[in-house]
Amino acid sequence: MAIDLEAARRAAHLARIEVEEEDLPAIASELSSILEFMERLNEVDVEGVEPMSTVTPMKLKRREDVVLRVSDQAEILSNAPETRQGFFAVPKVVE
Amino acid sequence: MIRELNKLTISDASNALRRGEFTSVELTEACIGAIETAGKLNAFCHHSFDIARKRAADADSKLKAGDLNPVCGIPIGIKDVFCTIGAPTQAASRILQGFRSGYESTVTAKLRDAGAVMLGKLNMDEFAMGSSTEHSVYGPAVNPWRSHDSEEDRSPGGSSGGSAAAVAADLCLGATGTDTGGSIRQPAAFTGIVGLKPTYGRCSRWGIVAFASSLDQAGPLAKTVRDAALLLGAMAGHDPKDSTSAPQPVPDFETLMDGDVRGMRIGIPDEYRIEGMPDEINRVWAAGTEMLKDAGAEIVRISLPHTSYALPAYYVVAPAEASSNLARYDGVRYGYRAKLGRNDGITEMYEKTRAEGFGAEVKRRVMVGAYVLSQGFYEAYYRRAQKVRTLIRKDFEQAFSNGVDAVLTPATPNSAFKVGEMVNEDPVSMYLNDIFTVTVNLAGLPGISVPSGLDAKGLPLGLQLIGRPWEEGSLLNCARALEQATGFDLKPARWW
Repeated sequence: MAIDLEAARRAAHLARIEVEEEDLPAIASELSSILEFMERLNEVDVEGVEPMSTVTPMKLKRREDVVLRVSDQAEILSNAPETRQGFFAVPKVVE
Repeated sequence: MIRELNKLTISDASNALRRGEFTSVELTEACIGAIETAGKLNAFCHHSFDIARKRAADADSKLKAGDLNPVCGIPIGIKDVFCTIGAPTQAASRILQGFRSGYESTVTAKLRDAGAVMLGKLNMDEFAMGSSTEHSVYGPAVNPWRSHDSEEDRSPGGSSGGSAAAVAADLCLGATGTDTGGSIRQPAAFTGIVGLKPTYGRCSRWGIVAFASSLDQAGPLAKTVRDAALLLGAMAGHDPKDSTSAPQPVPDFETLMDGDVRGMRIGIPDEYRIEGMPDEINRVWAAGTEMLKDAGAEIVRISLPHTSYALPAYYVVAPAEASSNLARYDGVRYGYRAKLGRNDGITEMYEKTRAEGFGAEVKRRVMVGAYVLSQGFYEAYYRRAQKVRTLIRKDFEQAFSNGVDAVLTPATPNSAFKVGEMVNEDPVSMYLNDIFTVTVNLAGLPGISVPSGLDAKGLPLGLQLIGRPWEEGSLLNCARALEQATGFDLKPARWW
């Protein structure tokens, strides 16, 4: 399936990656060739086949529901590009 | 003549350390010296020599006190994808610029606790997406091997290309890597060393920057099969912090390796004989088959009928999981944030940060992943790929239930290409490099690449052995037999 400019724009937005208008045609053509490659999967008869959801069949382990101290506020904030008063700071979200 | 300690194998160095022939501090200094004069390879992206010197001194005390761990005092390199305290962790991405991990990955913590000495972090493709170590914020890593007739730089493969180049050039005695579609085995093959991807769940993924969670697995790159076994022993084991890490006992892999393959049944899959593959690859494959036969193994032709669908299935599943894993790089909690304009809101912050922070290949895969997971396409792509994945695993299960102990295939469809050679190619042609290795990730199996010869250009070629789940011991044994038979012990001539 070929990806048109609109579909490429949509993929970029879904991925939250800014793409300049003039770069869209190249991206659309690259995505098209990758998706065309994936189309080969349509040749396979998958009727009645279970999708693989776990690589090594085993029960998901659960841990004790207890409070653990794994990090502290200062450590967590130490990598943030911008902080204010002990919080992560971002541009205004709510008007 | 001064003994060049950095050129030793882990096994030899470990024995010599225990005999007191030299100290870990001396061994570590030899590696530091080698790293400092190997800038042209661009294998190491961050040095941690202070940490290394301290750990080496600690290891010497432990050795004096009788420590018997085979990796105690051994200098190694760590792929930049493992979180480490005291050395930057960037996964070769601009978006993790400045990130300092407050915790140590389980695998590197296990190595540290076993006494291994971390020399620094190793170059890779950004977020482990790539097969050439050219998609890196640090610039391309370079293969220490060159062709006979040219001085042009060759790629060490990828994504663990820095790890492979460093081990092949004797900058460290061994290294960690990760393998999502071939990222340990292909670089090992391109650089004439051994690379092992363990069974999915054998090594903890905790603290490793995630690419595709159902495919990622850490493993060693080493100079010999025995060294790979020693490193795996130190890296492997159940970890409660990773719910997909398996509660399997870790055997002493080294003692399982006597190189005796008499009575073993080795499968040769018809479907790996692909059109257009260089004769040299076929020749090395046939020679390896003959060698295992001479060593007493039984050779059987097998069929893995869904092999040709592995790559397209992989290039649905891996980008889908990547788009989900990489959603966390939003410019809020860590790493890079783009400069914003006056009127930019939070969406612009995400979109600009990710546009500037991710490289081209990562952006491509994240967009593909977002697309195949989006409404209306999920069934057609992602679910179908997961079904094909089931069929690929069944192919192997069928072969194993017919008594096959291991499968022998080429590791790669070609030897190392030139740096820059693939840059302008269609992205799919680069993906073809993984054609023999992705099946193993999709099925969750262990696989090992063993150097097996040189091509006409003088570049290394590798063979891959694929084993049953959890039977790395038997797989390593078979790899050891192949290693003994090929007798491959060539090193690149130093030019750097």
